[in-house]
Amino acid sequence: MDIPRNWRLRTQRYALVGEECDHCHSKIFPPRDICPDCGLEAKAHYAFSGKGEIYSFTVVHDPPTGYEDQAPYAIALVKLEEGPIVTAQLTDVDSAQVAIGMPVEMVTRKLRAEGEEGVIHYGYKFRPTLARA
Amino acid sequence: MTEREHRPATPGQGKAAPRPARIMRPTRAVGLVGYGAYVPRLRLPAKEVARVWSEGAALLPIREKSVPGLDEDVITMSIEATRNALARAQIPVEEIGALWVGSESHPYAVKPTSTVVAEAIGAVPHLLAADWEFACKAGSEALQAAIGMVGAGMMRYAVAVGMDTAQARPGDALEYTAGAGGAAFIVGPQEEALAEIEASLSFVTDTPDFWRRPGAKYPQHGQRFTGEPAYFRHVTTAGQELMQALGRTPADYRFIVLHQPNTKFPQRAAELLGFSPEQTRAGLLVPEIGNTYAGAALIGLTAILDEAEAGDRVLLVSFGSGAGSDAFSLQVTPRMAERRAAAPRTRDYITRRKEIDYGVYVRTRGKLSM
Ligand SMILES: [Zn+2]
Repeated sequence: MDIPRNWRLRTQRYALVGEECDHCHSKIFPPRDICPDCGLEAKAHYAFSGKGEIYSFTVVHDPPTGYEDQAPYAIALVKLEEGPIVTAQLTDVDSAQVAIGMPVEMVTRKLRAEGEEGVIHYGYKFRPTLARA
Repeated sequence: MTEREHRPATPGQGKAAPRPARIMRPTRAVGLVGYGAYVPRLRLPAKEVARVWSEGAALLPIREKSVPGLDEDVITMSIEATRNALARAQIPVEEIGALWVGSESHPYAVKPTSTVVAEAIGAVPHLLAADWEFACKAGSEALQAAIGMVGAGMMRYAVAVGMDTAQARPGDALEYTAGAGGAAFIVGPQEEALAEIEASLSFVTDTPDFWRRPGAKYPQHGQRFTGEPAYFRHVTTAGQELMQALGRTPADYRFIVLHQPNTKFPQRAAELLGFSPEQTRAGLLVPEIGNTYAGAALIGLTAILDEAEAGDRVLLVSFGSGAGSDAFSLQVTPRMAERRAAAPRTRDYITRRKEIDYGVYVRTRGKLSM
Protein backbone atom coordinates (compact mmCIF):
# COMPACT_ATOMS: atom_id res chain seq x y z
CA MET A 1 0.00 0.00 0.00
CA ASP A 2 1.41 3.40 -0.94
CA ILE A 3 1.88 6.08 1.71
CA PRO A 4 -0.89 8.55 0.72
CA ARG A 5 -3.44 5.73 0.55
CA ASN A 6 -2.30 4.47 3.96
CA TRP A 7 -2.53 7.93 5.47
CA ARG A 8 -6.00 8.37 4.12
CA LEU A 9 -7.19 5.11 5.63
CA ARG A 10 -5.80 6.06 9.01
CA THR A 11 -7.70 9.35 9.09
CA GLN A 12 -10.83 7.54 7.95
CA ARG A 13 -10.51 4.90 10.68
CA TYR A 14 -9.50 7.12 13.59
CA ALA A 15 -11.88 10.00 13.04
CA LEU A 16 -14.58 8.93 10.60
CA VAL A 17 -13.33 11.19 7.83
CA GLY A 18 -15.09 10.63 4.53
CA GLU A 19 -15.87 12.86 1.56
CA GLU A 20 -18.36 15.45 0.45
CA CYS A 21 -19.44 15.64 -3.18
CA ASP A 22 -18.68 19.11 -4.65
CA HIS A 23 -21.57 18.71 -7.08
CA CYS A 24 -24.59 17.43 -5.12
CA HIS A 25 -23.16 17.80 -1.58
CA SER A 26 -23.80 14.17 -0.63
CA LYS A 27 -21.72 12.99 2.30
CA ILE A 28 -19.77 9.83 1.51
CA PHE A 29 -18.40 7.12 3.79
CA PRO A 30 -16.20 5.20 3.32
CA PRO A 31 -14.43 7.57 0.92
CA ARG A 32 -14.43 6.27 -2.67
CA ASP A 33 -13.69 9.41 -4.71
CA ILE A 34 -16.83 8.95 -6.83
CA CYS A 35 -20.18 10.21 -5.58
CA PRO A 36 -22.66 7.30 -5.31
CA ASP A 37 -25.57 9.73 -5.82
CA CYS A 38 -24.54 11.68 -8.93
CA GLY A 39 -21.58 9.63 -10.21
CA LEU A 40 -19.24 12.63 -10.38
CA GLU A 41 -15.83 12.99 -8.78
CA ALA A 42 -15.88 13.63 -4.98
CA LYS A 43 -12.58 14.25 -3.24
CA ALA A 44 -13.11 16.89 -0.57
CA HIS A 45 -12.49 15.46 2.93
CA TYR A 46 -15.44 15.61 5.27
CA ALA A 47 -15.32 14.88 9.02
CA PHE A 48 -18.55 13.25 10.15
CA SER A 49 -20.17 14.21 13.44
CA GLY A 50 -20.08 10.61 14.60
CA LYS A 51 -23.75 10.74 15.62
CA GLY A 52 -26.19 8.20 14.27
CA GLU A 53 -28.58 5.38 15.12
CA ILE A 54 -28.60 1.62 14.84
CA TYR A 55 -30.16 0.49 11.56
CA SER A 56 -29.62 -3.22 12.19
CA PHE A 57 -27.26 -5.40 14.19
CA THR A 58 -26.03 -8.90 14.96
CA VAL A 59 -24.23 -10.40 17.96
CA VAL A 60 -20.97 -12.23 17.21
CA HIS A 61 -20.32 -15.26 19.43
CA ASP A 62 -17.78 -17.00 17.19
CA PRO A 63 -15.38 -14.22 16.20
CA PRO A 64 -12.67 -14.25 13.52
CA THR A 65 -8.99 -14.66 14.45
CA GLY A 66 -7.68 -11.68 16.39
CA TYR A 67 -11.02 -10.81 17.97
CA GLU A 68 -11.49 -13.85 20.25
CA ASP A 69 -10.83 -12.00 23.50
CA GLN A 70 -13.65 -9.51 22.83
CA ALA A 71 -16.49 -11.98 22.14
CA PRO A 72 -19.39 -11.83 22.45
CA TYR A 73 -19.80 -8.42 20.82
CA ALA A 74 -22.31 -6.69 18.57
CA ILE A 75 -21.73 -5.52 14.99
CA ALA A 76 -24.16 -2.93 13.67
CA LEU A 77 -25.13 -1.03 10.57
CA VAL A 78 -25.16 2.54 11.83
CA LYS A 79 -27.09 5.19 9.93
CA LEU A 80 -25.08 8.39 10.34
CA GLU A 81 -27.00 11.65 10.76
CA GLU A 82 -25.36 12.90 7.51
CA GLY A 83 -26.90 9.94 5.60
CA PRO A 84 -24.41 7.13 4.94
CA ILE A 85 -24.67 3.73 6.61
CA VAL A 86 -21.47 2.35 8.12
CA THR A 87 -20.69 -1.11 9.50
CA ALA A 88 -18.95 -1.06 12.87
CA GLN A 89 -18.46 -2.87 16.14
CA LEU A 90 -20.48 -1.61 19.13
CA THR A 91 -18.79 -1.00 22.46
CA ASP A 92 -19.64 -0.05 26.06
CA VAL A 93 -22.95 -1.90 25.75
CA ASP A 94 -24.29 -5.30 26.80
CA SER A 95 -25.47 -7.22 23.73
CA ALA A 96 -28.92 -7.68 25.29
CA GLN A 97 -29.37 -3.89 25.45
CA VAL A 98 -28.75 -3.27 21.74
CA ALA A 99 -31.88 -2.25 19.80
CA ILE A 100 -32.74 -0.90 16.35
CA GLY A 101 -33.10 2.87 16.48
CA MET A 102 -30.76 3.22 19.48
CA PRO A 103 -28.85 6.54 19.28
CA VAL A 104 -25.10 5.95 19.10
CA GLU A 105 -21.93 8.01 18.77
CA MET A 106 -18.48 7.29 17.34
CA VAL A 107 -15.53 6.56 19.61
CA THR A 108 -11.99 5.58 18.66
CA ARG A 109 -11.02 2.25 20.23
CA LYS A 110 -8.60 -0.64 19.90
CA LEU A 111 -9.79 -2.84 17.04
CA ARG A 112 -7.24 -5.60 17.61
CA ALA A 113 -3.60 -6.19 18.47
CA GLU A 114 -1.18 -8.39 16.57
CA GLY A 115 -0.38 -10.61 19.53
CA GLU A 116 1.47 -9.47 22.65
CA GLU A 117 4.35 -7.89 20.73
CA GLY A 118 2.86 -6.63 17.47
CA VAL A 119 1.27 -3.37 16.46
CA ILE A 120 -2.07 -2.26 17.92
CA HIS A 121 -4.78 -1.23 15.44
CA TYR A 122 -7.17 1.58 16.36
CA GLY A 123 -10.37 2.66 14.67
CA TYR A 124 -13.96 3.76 15.02
CA LYS A 125 -16.63 1.91 16.95
CA PHE A 126 -20.00 3.15 18.18
CA ARG A 127 -21.41 3.29 21.71
CA PRO A 128 -24.81 4.31 23.11
CA THR A 129 -24.86 8.11 23.17
CA LEU A 130 -23.52 9.29 26.52
CA ALA A 131 -26.35 10.48 28.79
CA ARG A 132 -25.77 14.07 29.86
CA ALA A 133 -27.18 15.80 32.92
CA MET B 1 5.52 23.52 57.15
CA THR B 2 7.61 25.07 54.41
CA GLU B 3 11.20 24.04 54.82
CA ARG B 4 14.20 25.67 53.28
CA GLU B 5 16.38 23.36 51.27
CA HIS B 6 20.05 23.57 52.31
CA ARG B 7 22.12 21.46 49.98
CA PRO B 8 25.50 21.72 48.28
CA ALA B 9 24.70 21.61 44.57
CA THR B 10 28.02 20.41 43.16
CA PRO B 11 31.11 18.65 44.57
CA GLY B 12 33.54 21.18 46.01
CA GLN B 13 30.96 23.91 46.37
CA GLY B 14 31.30 23.86 50.14
CA LYS B 15 28.73 25.43 52.42
CA ALA B 16 25.22 25.36 50.98
CA ALA B 17 23.13 28.44 50.38
CA PRO B 18 19.40 28.54 51.15
CA ARG B 19 17.05 27.85 48.22
CA PRO B 20 14.14 30.24 47.96
CA ALA B 21 10.96 28.95 46.32
CA ARG B 22 10.90 29.52 42.55
CA ILE B 23 7.56 30.65 41.23
CA MET B 24 7.03 30.31 37.47
CA ARG B 25 5.16 32.72 35.21
CA PRO B 26 5.46 32.86 31.43
CA THR B 27 6.39 36.06 29.59
CA ARG B 28 2.92 36.14 27.98
CA ALA B 29 -0.11 35.40 30.16
CA VAL B 30 -1.74 32.04 29.38
CA GLY B 31 -4.70 29.99 30.47
CA LEU B 32 -6.75 26.88 29.82
CA VAL B 33 -8.76 27.49 26.65
CA GLY B 34 -10.25 24.01 26.76
CA TYR B 35 -10.54 21.05 29.11
CA GLY B 36 -11.97 17.56 28.84
CA ALA B 37 -12.22 14.41 30.94
CA TYR B 38 -12.61 10.70 30.36
CA VAL B 39 -13.58 7.83 32.68
CA PRO B 40 -14.32 4.29 31.40
CA ARG B 41 -17.69 2.68 32.10
CA LEU B 42 -16.79 -0.31 34.28
CA ARG B 43 -16.53 -0.12 38.09
CA LEU B 44 -14.98 -2.60 40.50
CA PRO B 45 -16.25 -2.10 44.09
CA ALA B 46 -13.47 -2.19 46.69
CA LYS B 47 -15.55 -4.67 48.66
CA GLU B 48 -15.13 -7.12 45.74
CA VAL B 49 -11.34 -6.94 46.09
CA ALA B 50 -11.72 -7.37 49.86
CA ARG B 51 -14.03 -10.37 49.35
CA VAL B 52 -11.39 -12.16 47.26
CA TRP B 53 -8.24 -11.23 49.19
CA SER B 54 -9.11 -10.54 52.82
CA GLU B 55 -12.42 -12.34 53.47
CA GLY B 56 -14.10 -8.94 53.29
CA ALA B 57 -12.29 -7.69 56.39
CA ALA B 58 -10.08 -4.94 54.95
CA LEU B 59 -10.61 -1.23 55.63
CA LEU B 60 -11.65 0.12 52.25
CA PRO B 61 -9.65 3.11 50.93
CA ILE B 62 -12.35 4.02 48.36
CA ARG B 63 -15.87 2.86 47.39
CA GLU B 64 -15.13 1.69 43.84
CA LYS B 65 -12.67 2.19 41.00
CA SER B 66 -13.02 2.61 37.26
CA VAL B 67 -11.78 -0.19 35.00
CA PRO B 68 -11.03 0.19 31.28
CA GLY B 69 -12.97 -1.90 28.77
CA LEU B 70 -11.22 -4.56 26.69
CA ASP B 71 -10.81 -2.13 23.79
CA GLU B 72 -9.57 0.84 25.84
CA ASP B 73 -6.08 2.06 26.68
CA VAL B 74 -4.30 5.34 27.33
CA ILE B 75 -4.40 6.15 23.60
CA THR B 76 -8.16 5.74 23.17
CA MET B 77 -8.93 7.47 26.47
CA SER B 78 -6.62 10.39 25.63
CA ILE B 79 -8.34 10.77 22.25
CA GLU B 80 -11.76 11.14 23.88
CA ALA B 81 -10.58 13.57 26.58
CA THR B 82 -8.76 15.66 23.96
CA ARG B 83 -11.84 15.73 21.71
CA ASN B 84 -13.83 17.01 24.69
CA ALA B 85 -11.22 19.72 25.33
CA LEU B 86 -11.34 20.71 21.65
CA ALA B 87 -15.14 20.91 21.70
CA ARG B 88 -14.89 23.51 24.46
CA ALA B 89 -11.88 25.37 23.02
CA GLN B 90 -13.35 25.79 19.50
CA ILE B 91 -9.91 26.42 17.99
CA PRO B 92 -8.47 25.43 14.60
CA VAL B 93 -6.59 22.15 15.24
CA GLU B 94 -3.77 23.15 12.90
CA GLU B 95 -2.77 25.84 15.41
CA ILE B 96 -1.94 23.23 18.04
CA GLY B 97 1.85 23.31 18.29
CA ALA B 98 2.36 20.52 20.82
CA LEU B 99 0.50 17.48 22.08
CA TRP B 100 1.94 15.74 25.11
CA VAL B 101 0.59 12.76 27.01
CA GLY B 102 1.79 11.98 30.54
CA SER B 103 1.15 8.43 31.74
CA GLU B 104 2.73 5.41 33.35
CA SER B 105 0.63 3.03 31.24
CA HIS B 106 1.43 3.99 27.65
CA PRO B 107 0.34 1.10 25.36
CA TYR B 108 3.80 0.91 23.79
CA ALA B 109 7.21 0.99 25.52
CA VAL B 110 8.59 2.46 22.29
CA LYS B 111 6.14 4.31 19.97
CA PRO B 112 4.50 7.46 21.17
CA THR B 113 0.93 7.65 22.40
CA SER B 114 0.90 11.32 21.42
CA THR B 115 1.29 10.80 17.65
CA VAL B 116 -1.80 8.57 17.52
CA VAL B 117 -3.81 11.12 19.52
CA ALA B 118 -2.54 13.96 17.31
CA GLU B 119 -3.51 12.00 14.18
CA ALA B 120 -6.97 11.18 15.54
CA ILE B 121 -7.77 14.84 16.23
CA GLY B 122 -6.30 15.98 12.92
CA ALA B 123 -3.45 18.04 14.41
CA VAL B 124 -0.63 16.39 12.40
CA PRO B 125 1.96 16.94 11.01
CA HIS B 126 3.48 20.23 12.19
CA LEU B 127 3.56 19.88 15.96
CA LEU B 128 5.68 18.63 18.83
CA ALA B 129 4.49 15.26 20.08
CA ALA B 130 5.94 13.19 22.90
CA ASP B 131 5.06 11.08 25.92
CA TRP B 132 6.00 12.20 29.41
CA GLU B 133 6.95 10.07 32.37
CA PHE B 134 7.09 10.97 36.05
CA ALA B 135 4.78 8.49 37.76
CA CYS B 136 1.57 10.36 38.66
CA LYS B 137 3.14 13.78 37.92
CA ALA B 138 3.62 13.10 34.20
CA GLY B 139 0.48 14.95 33.15
CA SER B 140 1.06 18.05 35.27
CA GLU B 141 4.68 18.17 34.07
CA ALA B 142 3.33 18.22 30.49
CA LEU B 143 1.03 21.06 31.56
CA GLN B 144 4.01 23.03 32.92
CA ALA B 145 5.80 22.57 29.60
CA ALA B 146 2.70 23.62 27.65
CA ILE B 147 2.50 26.82 29.70
CA GLY B 148 6.14 27.51 28.86
CA MET B 149 5.77 26.92 25.13
CA VAL B 150 2.63 29.00 24.74
CA GLY B 151 3.86 31.63 27.18
CA ALA B 152 7.08 32.05 25.23
CA GLY B 153 5.20 32.56 21.97
CA MET B 154 6.55 29.40 20.35
CA MET B 155 3.01 28.35 19.47
CA ARG B 156 -0.57 29.51 20.00
CA TYR B 157 -1.93 26.33 21.60
CA ALA B 158 -0.49 23.26 23.32
CA VAL B 159 -2.30 20.15 24.58
CA ALA B 160 -1.31 18.42 27.83
CA VAL B 161 -2.92 15.12 28.79
CA GLY B 162 -2.63 13.10 32.01
CA MET B 163 -4.15 9.63 31.58
CA ASP B 164 -3.64 6.19 33.09
CA THR B 165 -4.97 2.66 33.19
CA ALA B 166 -3.18 1.78 36.42
CA GLN B 167 -2.17 -1.83 37.04
CA ALA B 168 -1.63 -3.47 40.41
CA ARG B 169 -0.42 -6.92 41.40
CA PRO B 170 -3.41 -9.13 42.32
CA GLY B 171 -3.88 -8.95 46.09
CA ASP B 172 -1.61 -5.90 46.50
CA ALA B 173 -2.98 -2.99 48.56
CA LEU B 174 -2.90 -0.90 45.37
CA GLU B 175 -5.41 -3.22 43.69
CA TYR B 176 -8.24 -1.60 45.64
CA THR B 177 -7.50 1.82 44.16
CA ALA B 178 -5.61 1.48 40.83
CA GLY B 179 -8.16 3.08 38.49
CA ALA B 180 -8.48 4.37 34.93
CA GLY B 181 -9.18 7.87 33.62
CA GLY B 182 -7.72 11.30 33.16
CA ALA B 183 -8.01 14.68 31.53
CA ALA B 184 -6.78 16.83 28.66
CA PHE B 185 -6.11 20.57 28.73
CA ILE B 186 -5.47 23.03 25.93
CA VAL B 187 -3.23 25.91 26.96
CA GLY B 188 -3.61 29.11 24.95
CA PRO B 189 -3.44 32.90 25.23
CA GLN B 190 -4.95 34.39 28.39
CA GLU B 191 -7.46 36.49 26.42
CA GLU B 192 -9.14 33.28 25.16
CA ALA B 193 -8.91 31.40 28.47
CA LEU B 194 -11.76 29.70 30.33
CA ALA B 195 -9.42 29.69 33.32
CA GLU B 196 -6.32 31.84 33.62
CA ILE B 197 -3.14 30.20 34.92
CA GLU B 198 -1.78 32.76 37.40
CA ALA B 199 1.48 30.99 38.28
CA SER B 200 2.98 27.58 38.95
CA LEU B 201 5.73 25.99 40.99
CA SER B 202 7.48 22.63 41.06
CA PHE B 203 9.09 20.83 44.01
CA VAL B 204 11.08 17.63 43.41
CA THR B 205 13.51 15.40 45.31
CA ASP B 206 14.92 11.88 44.90
CA THR B 207 12.55 9.77 47.01
CA PRO B 208 12.19 5.96 46.62
CA ASP B 209 8.49 5.59 47.47
CA PHE B 210 7.19 3.74 44.39
CA TRP B 211 8.79 2.33 41.25
CA ARG B 212 8.60 -0.19 38.43
CA ARG B 213 11.70 -1.62 36.75
CA PRO B 214 11.73 -2.16 32.94
CA GLY B 215 10.01 -5.41 32.04
CA ALA B 216 8.30 -5.73 35.43
CA LYS B 217 4.53 -6.00 35.00
CA TYR B 218 3.53 -4.45 38.33
CA PRO B 219 5.03 -1.64 40.42
CA GLN B 220 6.64 -1.96 43.86
CA HIS B 221 6.16 0.47 46.69
CA GLY B 222 8.06 1.43 49.83
CA GLN B 223 5.07 0.68 52.10
CA ARG B 224 4.84 3.37 54.79
CA PHE B 225 7.48 5.44 53.02
CA THR B 226 4.72 6.65 50.68
CA GLY B 227 3.07 8.89 53.30
CA GLU B 228 5.07 11.54 55.18
CA PRO B 229 8.38 11.82 53.27
CA ALA B 230 6.79 11.40 49.85
CA TYR B 231 3.17 12.50 49.38
CA PHE B 232 2.65 14.89 52.30
CA ARG B 233 6.03 16.62 52.17
CA HIS B 234 5.92 17.36 48.43
CA VAL B 235 2.24 18.25 48.18
CA THR B 236 2.09 20.55 51.19
CA THR B 237 5.42 22.25 50.44
CA ALA B 238 4.51 22.96 46.81
CA GLY B 239 1.04 24.22 47.73
CA GLN B 240 2.27 26.35 50.63
CA GLU B 241 5.17 27.87 48.68
CA LEU B 242 3.00 28.83 45.73
CA MET B 243 0.40 30.52 47.96
CA GLN B 244 3.15 32.34 49.87
CA ALA B 245 4.85 33.55 46.70
CA LEU B 246 1.50 34.90 45.44
CA GLY B 247 0.64 36.45 48.83
CA ARG B 248 -2.47 34.27 49.12
CA THR B 249 -4.19 32.28 51.82
CA PRO B 250 -6.72 29.43 51.55
CA ALA B 251 -9.49 32.03 51.91
CA ASP B 252 -8.55 33.36 48.43
CA TYR B 253 -9.46 29.99 46.88
CA ARG B 254 -12.92 28.50 46.43
CA PHE B 255 -11.49 25.07 45.46
CA ILE B 256 -8.45 22.92 46.05
CA VAL B 257 -7.61 19.70 44.22
CA LEU B 258 -4.70 17.44 45.09
CA HIS B 259 -3.29 14.18 43.82
CA GLN B 260 -5.58 11.50 45.27
CA PRO B 261 -4.12 8.00 45.72
CA ASN B 262 -6.89 7.24 48.26
CA THR B 263 -9.57 9.26 50.05
CA LYS B 264 -7.63 10.12 53.21
CA PHE B 265 -4.36 11.51 51.83
CA PRO B 266 -5.82 14.47 49.91
CA GLN B 267 -8.29 15.23 52.71
CA ARG B 268 -5.45 15.33 55.25
CA ALA B 269 -3.07 17.30 53.02
CA ALA B 270 -5.77 19.88 52.24
CA GLU B 271 -6.39 20.23 55.97
CA LEU B 272 -2.65 20.71 56.62
CA LEU B 273 -2.65 23.46 54.00
CA GLY B 274 -5.53 25.17 55.83
CA PHE B 275 -8.41 24.26 53.49
CA SER B 276 -11.90 23.15 54.56
CA PRO B 277 -13.73 19.99 53.49
CA GLU B 278 -16.08 22.20 51.46
CA GLN B 279 -13.15 23.52 49.38
CA THR B 280 -11.96 19.92 48.83
CA ARG B 281 -15.29 18.29 47.92
CA ALA B 282 -15.79 19.06 44.20
CA GLY B 283 -12.37 17.81 43.10
CA LEU B 284 -12.25 14.67 45.24
CA LEU B 285 -13.21 11.93 42.79
CA VAL B 286 -11.10 9.06 44.13
CA PRO B 287 -13.91 7.45 46.19
CA GLU B 288 -15.91 6.98 42.96
CA ILE B 289 -13.30 6.27 40.27
CA GLY B 290 -10.16 5.24 42.15
CA ASN B 291 -6.64 6.58 41.76
CA THR B 292 -6.18 7.49 38.12
CA TYR B 293 -2.44 8.15 38.63
CA ALA B 294 -1.25 10.74 36.07
CA GLY B 295 -4.91 11.64 35.58
CA ALA B 296 -5.90 11.94 39.25
CA ALA B 297 -5.34 15.59 40.17
CA LEU B 298 -6.11 16.73 36.61
CA ILE B 299 -9.49 15.03 36.30
CA GLY B 300 -10.32 16.44 39.74
CA LEU B 301 -9.67 19.88 38.24
CA THR B 302 -12.10 19.17 35.37
CA ALA B 303 -14.88 18.34 37.87
CA ILE B 304 -14.18 21.67 39.60
CA LEU B 305 -14.19 23.61 36.32
CA ASP B 306 -17.58 22.00 35.57
CA GLU B 307 -19.10 23.88 38.49
CA ALA B 308 -16.82 26.89 39.09
CA GLU B 309 -18.00 30.45 38.46
CA ALA B 310 -16.17 33.43 37.01
CA GLY B 311 -13.68 34.80 39.53
CA ASP B 312 -13.32 31.54 41.47
CA ARG B 313 -9.74 30.57 42.23
CA VAL B 314 -8.50 26.96 42.21
CA LEU B 315 -5.30 25.58 43.76
CA LEU B 316 -4.11 22.41 42.03
CA VAL B 317 -1.23 20.30 43.39
CA SER B 318 -0.19 17.05 41.75
CA PHE B 319 2.15 14.41 43.14
CA GLY B 320 4.33 11.88 41.40
CA SER B 321 6.38 9.21 43.13
CA GLY B 322 10.09 9.44 42.86
CA ALA B 323 9.09 12.23 43.84
CA GLY B 324 7.66 15.66 43.12
CA SER B 325 4.68 17.99 43.03
CA ASP B 326 3.50 20.64 40.58
CA ALA B 327 1.35 23.42 42.01
CA PHE B 328 -0.84 25.71 39.89
CA SER B 329 -2.99 28.71 40.79
CA LEU B 330 -5.93 29.24 38.43
CA GLN B 331 -8.76 31.74 38.16
CA VAL B 332 -11.93 31.03 36.21
CA THR B 333 -12.97 33.65 33.61
CA PRO B 334 -16.47 34.69 32.42
CA ARG B 335 -15.83 32.72 29.19
CA MET B 336 -16.26 29.44 31.09
CA ALA B 337 -20.05 29.74 31.31
CA GLU B 338 -20.54 29.83 27.53
CA ARG B 339 -18.20 26.89 26.73
CA ARG B 340 -18.77 24.42 29.53
CA ALA B 341 -21.75 22.63 27.95
CA ALA B 342 -19.92 22.00 24.66
CA ALA B 343 -18.65 18.63 25.98
CA PRO B 344 -19.82 16.06 28.56
CA ARG B 345 -19.17 17.02 32.17
CA THR B 346 -16.89 14.81 34.24
CA ARG B 347 -19.93 13.80 36.33
CA ASP B 348 -21.63 12.46 33.20
CA TYR B 349 -18.83 9.91 32.87
CA ILE B 350 -18.87 9.08 36.59
CA THR B 351 -22.65 8.52 36.50
CA ARG B 352 -22.29 6.15 33.53
CA ARG B 353 -21.28 2.97 35.35
CA LYS B 354 -21.54 -0.77 35.09
CA GLU B 355 -20.51 -2.72 38.14
CA ILE B 356 -18.37 -5.82 37.56
CA ASP B 357 -17.18 -8.59 39.87
CA TYR B 358 -13.61 -9.72 40.46
CA GLY B 359 -13.88 -12.50 37.85
CA VAL B 360 -14.85 -10.11 35.04
CA TYR B 361 -12.17 -7.71 36.28
CA VAL B 362 -9.49 -10.39 35.98
CA ARG B 363 -10.55 -11.12 32.40
CA THR B 364 -10.80 -7.44 31.45
CA ARG B 365 -7.40 -6.53 32.81
CA GLY B 366 -5.59 -9.47 31.22
CA LYS B 367 -4.51 -10.94 34.55
CA LEU B 368 -5.20 -14.49 33.35
CA SER B 369 -2.19 -16.43 32.06
CA MET B 370 -3.33 -19.22 29.75
ZN1 LIG C 1 -22.73 13.94 -5.91
